[in-house]
Amino acid sequence: MNAETFPLRPSMPPSQRFSMRSWMRGWTDRAVSALAILATLIVITPLVAIFVYLIYKGAKSLNLAFFTHIPNPPGEPGGGMANAILGSGIVLAVSSAIGVPIGIGGGVFLAEFGRGSKLANAVRFTADVLNGVPSIVMGLAAYALVVVPQKHFSALSGGVALGIMMIPTVCRTTEEMLLMVPHAVREAALGLGVPNWRSVLSITVRTASPGIITGCMLAFARVAGETAPLLFTALGNSFWSASLNQPIEALPLQIYVFAISPYGDWHRLAWAGALVLIVLIVLAVALVRFVTSRGVLKGTS
Amino acid sequence: MGVGIEVINLNAWYGNNHTLQDINLHIPANHATALIGPSGCGKSTFVRCLNRMHETNPIGRVTGTVRIGGLDIYQDANPVEIRRRVGMVFQRPNPFPTMSIYDNVAAGLKLNGYSNRRSLDEIVERSLRRSALWDEVKDDLKKKSGASLSGGQQQRLCIARALAVDPEVLLMDEPASALDPVSTSKIEDLVFQLKSQYTIVIVTHNMQQAARVAEKTGFFLNGRMVEFDSTHKIFTNPSDKRTEDYITGRFG
Repeated sequence: MNAETFPLRPSMPPSQRFSMRSWMRGWTDRAVSALAILATLIVITPLVAIFVYLIYKGAKSLNLAFFTHIPNPPGEPGGGMANAILGSGIVLAVSSAIGVPIGIGGGVFLAEFGRGSKLANAVRFTADVLNGVPSIVMGLAAYALVVVPQKHFSALSGGVALGIMMIPTVCRTTEEMLLMVPHAVREAALGLGVPNWRSVLSITVRTASPGIITGCMLAFARVAGETAPLLFTALGNSFWSASLNQPIEALPLQIYVFAISPYGDWHRLAWAGALVLIVLIVLAVALVRFVTSRGVLKGTS
Repeated sequence: MGVGIEVINLNAWYGNNHTLQDINLHIPANHATALIGPSGCGKSTFVRCLNRMHETNPIGRVTGTVRIGGLDIYQDANPVEIRRRVGMVFQRPNPFPTMSIYDNVAAGLKLNGYSNRRSLDEIVERSLRRSALWDEVKDDLKKKSGASLSGGQQQRLCIARALAVDPEVLLMDEPASALDPVSTSKIEDLVFQLKSQYTIVIVTHNMQQAARVAEKTGFFLNGRMVEFDSTHKIFTNPSDKRTEDYITGRFG
């Protein structure tokens, strides 16, 4: 007995069954595509809206003075946020110097050396909890750890607060990226008589490095806009300062102070500051991507 | 030069799964030895015991003795040292994706702290010539990633990488099973040339391949070695009924 003499559904000829089903499939395909496009639009709308509004409100207050001058006293027009830009740079450099190495080290431990151990589970749990701790609490922690022993506010304490905030993100993305490196690549290295630690550092971490760098940039971009952890650590400073031991200004802090002030000039500067903050973060991320993507070979997946 | 391998009462486990049971055999130096058998019979586990890769799996366990050129690899040496003397080529080509062709071949030496530029250049060229890849890649050695090559080229790159550390034994775990017929025949030609200098153990599902390249063949079934003899004898006049059933296609 073959298919022709024994159709699956005798009531409907095969040709008609096919066209019914293909009509349904085409319709489902279009509906799902439309939903996907709609979801994409919903995701990017707030981002575009914020950016357009910032340009609209902030661009006209941007001038050379904004990048070269410190703020003027209220009532005097002009002035800029140069000290805050410098201060943000210093605080973020300190936080990256703390958060990136510790985070990557922790991620390497979780993925390569401690896999399945009790310590690794404890570290992973701690990192997840740390990720959920409100940022103001991070500020309190840095206050207790650095400001109280030093007996004064400082750029260093601000960097410590942001650095601690970076650790969980860097740590968990590093772990996930390392776990994505195919087992075959690790075996290839071990099969060549390469000691395990060497294989981890030179092969696995290197293979995962694009993802690890992305994780570091995400953490960096997140803490670059933080205000709360800096309120009682970096404190803020209306004058030039590049010292790690002095209170220092940072862009988010200055935007916060200016935005809640009663002066129109300061409001305009705050808008410009918000625009500059976003642009600087985008530039920093793009720069790191550009620098780290040079030297990548043709055909590297 | 290659060295012989002597295996005495080898047993291996994955967790509670006894995957290799009482394996005894002598693999001759400077010959190719093929291992055949149905999937899951323990051939791959067996070759992984010959360079102590089996124990890199946290649930893997091995007992018994393996002597390579007189050295008891489970008693008298550490695994890292053994793997430098016993090279391995895996089923799927696995070049290091972030490294250039040159760095892939030099990886084994560089990662062990060897850094003499001129002799590295020489070793890379010699290894790539031996794996018959030199003419195809000599112009983009440092420009292209190992991952940009075709599957067959990648597998020959992996062979060059294994040869660069100058092993005595070369283990090949189904080296051609993921490749097209043209690349497969290139790999077979290679095995044919290389066996004068190295002891080669090749796992294969392809019985014609075993017949073409190997002097000796072992038949594995359910974790045991059923028969080990000259390839000619295995394929024309096997002494065990199960071997005969397998090579004539009655099961497996």
